[in-house]
Amino acid sequence: MIQMQQTMEQTQTRETTQTYLDNSATTRVCTEAAQAALRAMTEEYGNPSSLHSMGMEAEKLVTQARKSLVKLLGGNGELVFTSGATESNNLALFGAAEAGKRRGNRIVISAVEHPSVAETALALEKQGFSVIRIPPRPDGNFCAEDFTAAVDDQTILLSCMMVNNETGARLPVEKIADATKRINPDTIIHIDAVQAFGKIPFSADKAGFDLVSISGHKIYAPKGVGGLYIRKGIRILPRTYGGGQERGLRPGTESVPLIAAFAAAAECCHSEMQKKNAEYEMLNRMLRERLKDMPAICINSPEGAVPYILNLSVSGIRSEIMLHYLEQAGIYVSSGSACSKGAASPVLTAMNLPRDRADSALRISFGRYNIPADICRLTERLEEGITRLAKRR
Amino acid sequence: MKEIVLIKNGEIALKGLNRRSFEDQLIRNMKRRLQPLGHFKIHNAQSTLCVEPLEEGIDLDEAVCRLQKVFGIAALCRALSVPKDFAVIKQEGPRYLAGILNNVRTFKVEAKRSDKSFPMKSPEICREFGGVLLEAFPHLRVDVRHPDVTVMVEIRDFNAYIHAGSLPGAGGIPVGTGGKALLLISGGIDSPVAGYMMSKRGLSLHAVHFVSPPYTSGRAREKVETLCEKMAAYCGTITFHCVPFTEIQEAIRDHCPEELFTIIMRRLMMKIAQRIAAEEGALALVTGESMGQVASQTLSAIVCTDDVCEMPVLRPVIGMDKGEIVAIARKIDTFETSILPYEDCCTVFTPKHPRTRPKLEAVRAAEAQFDFAPMLEEAIRNTERLIKEAEE
Repeated sequence: MIQMQQTMEQTQTRETTQTYLDNSATTRVCTEAAQAALRAMTEEYGNPSSLHSMGMEAEKLVTQARKSLVKLLGGNGELVFTSGATESNNLALFGAAEAGKRRGNRIVISAVEHPSVAETALALEKQGFSVIRIPPRPDGNFCAEDFTAAVDDQTILLSCMMVNNETGARLPVEKIADATKRINPDTIIHIDAVQAFGKIPFSADKAGFDLVSISGHKIYAPKGVGGLYIRKGIRILPRTYGGGQERGLRPGTESVPLIAAFAAAAECCHSEMQKKNAEYEMLNRMLRERLKDMPAICINSPEGAVPYILNLSVSGIRSEIMLHYLEQAGIYVSSGSACSKGAASPVLTAMNLPRDRADSALRISFGRYNIPADICRLTERLEEGITRLAKRR
Repeated sequence: MKEIVLIKNGEIALKGLNRRSFEDQLIRNMKRRLQPLGHFKIHNAQSTLCVEPLEEGIDLDEAVCRLQKVFGIAALCRALSVPKDFAVIKQEGPRYLAGILNNVRTFKVEAKRSDKSFPMKSPEICREFGGVLLEAFPHLRVDVRHPDVTVMVEIRDFNAYIHAGSLPGAGGIPVGTGGKALLLISGGIDSPVAGYMMSKRGLSLHAVHFVSPPYTSGRAREKVETLCEKMAAYCGTITFHCVPFTEIQEAIRDHCPEELFTIIMRRLMMKIAQRIAAEEGALALVTGESMGQVASQTLSAIVCTDDVCEMPVLRPVIGMDKGEIVAIARKIDTFETSILPYEDCCTVFTPKHPRTRPKLEAVRAAEAQFDFAPMLEEAIRNTERLIKEAEE
């Protein structure tokens, strides 16, 4: 344990040469999570299904983690552990559609969902479900009324993300859930809260969310663990079958180390949420302030977006090139689309951004380890890049 | 008694006085590919090479798989090696052949007796061994015209070999018997195929790749390194040269007409490649150009690039259609890697409307507008050199 702490401290010092501003892609695991995982791997390493005391110890870790996460979600229902949010979203959509197919066949989603929702909806569409996709308003924000207008008595499922992963836009999920339940109380509300959980406060049960997807590695737990919260009384059907673990919805031996780490990381995030949000606000303001002096840059994140995600475009310089240019200086950000050969980001396209602006989009995302100096390094390098990379012809 | 692999070398058998050096090279190439799998002995017996594992537990499936990618081998077959004693042949043969014979209905036996001191003559061996097999596998019938399987019994100098059918080899002539060439590799589908084809004709390969960070990503380079490792299963060790090309590309962008960007870039690549080739003792360049495929591969464009080339440029896929090239790329397992969508240096700054019929004089004049020589020197000086072996 001591050794691990030392290594982590070493990485911390090494980080001075690295400016990691891609925290919405993934995060560095926090010490608390790593220690929880190590303990579950080397000390309490039993199989939770085993009848002996070691099994019981391991089961206790899983139960505690589940309890703690459910509480942080503001719920009173069940949490099913999965391999990550992609699996959670698949389980939510397929599971709810399968369970509800006799009641109707309409599914409503936003036009800016993560592929694990968008592609799953596409697969359901091919199975015969009718999928309605709600686009944002011209300013990039969403209107709850646009969703509720699409909900009818045939609507079995409404799936909407809480925070958009590319722009940081906050979707009015509470309003959407509330209004939807008024029109059709049987509609299952699924919220993809991957970019929100541990970062902004919400209360799943109070808001009327039936299913909530969360992910570990976006909040300083290791990759490979996620969860699907299921409100009391909501029934969905499994996608995989096996030994009955996780209420039969996600059978397979529980990954105790990852689950324990997930809960430990979530606890940390929640305890420092307010403080961190104030910091993100400050970093965001500082970044916007500095970007103001660069005419080549325009902000794509809409009004009211979360402070820890800022999407911007650098006029005339393709995302990938600027990304690699920043990378050369040890600054890590994310691009809208993977490659100029690839399609532009569907999210930015849905926001009606012109193609060249979508092609030059960068996403800056803050995390708990960022400091104001990171912003300075970023903006200085951006400025250099703009002069150096802009085509001179 | 052990299982061995018999190698029929193809074209080498037709060589005259230098046949020996071809065979020696082939054996060296085979040994290099087999060495990670364990200890083997390779000996030459009457235009057939015999690969004999010298350890227990050697993965012969993998050995055969690797040998199938060694150029200079026309066909190979796994065989049981037994003492030259018909009693042993009779006893061990059926057991060895059971896997094959249980799955077919008809067979015939052929015998080859190069050791004329063996007491039985070929027809007698066929008859006797055929009888033994019929007895051991009652479901079998003999069919001398169209058998499902032809069982061979070879009586050679030191041993007898029993086998049933051969596998195709990679053909060609052994890598390293034809000298060295330098392949220009971009990461696309065509260049690995071009390299494969020239290796098949005996050339050993160096590869040169141009990188333009930040315009190209580290993944593009990694992809090319993976391609070299995949090619190395056929081509043998590849020396990989990675040339930093950013400043040169920026200079072309800033100082030359847009529509000639690609053609001038290719001329400068050729200049650098020739210098590296000369330093490494390579006698020719190899490219994956296919006539008319893109603007820089029209005949006029090739005239313009060849203008700066003092050494021969081999273009083995010049007359092939994309589909034909893709078929080979799939066969040598480079296709899936080649289509990974990373930006390479050839697509950075590409003009919207490249000149498809550039005039040589105009290209020379455009290039002369800027003194690229110091930058070329700098790029050559900063070139990285790595050795790429086949993936294990």
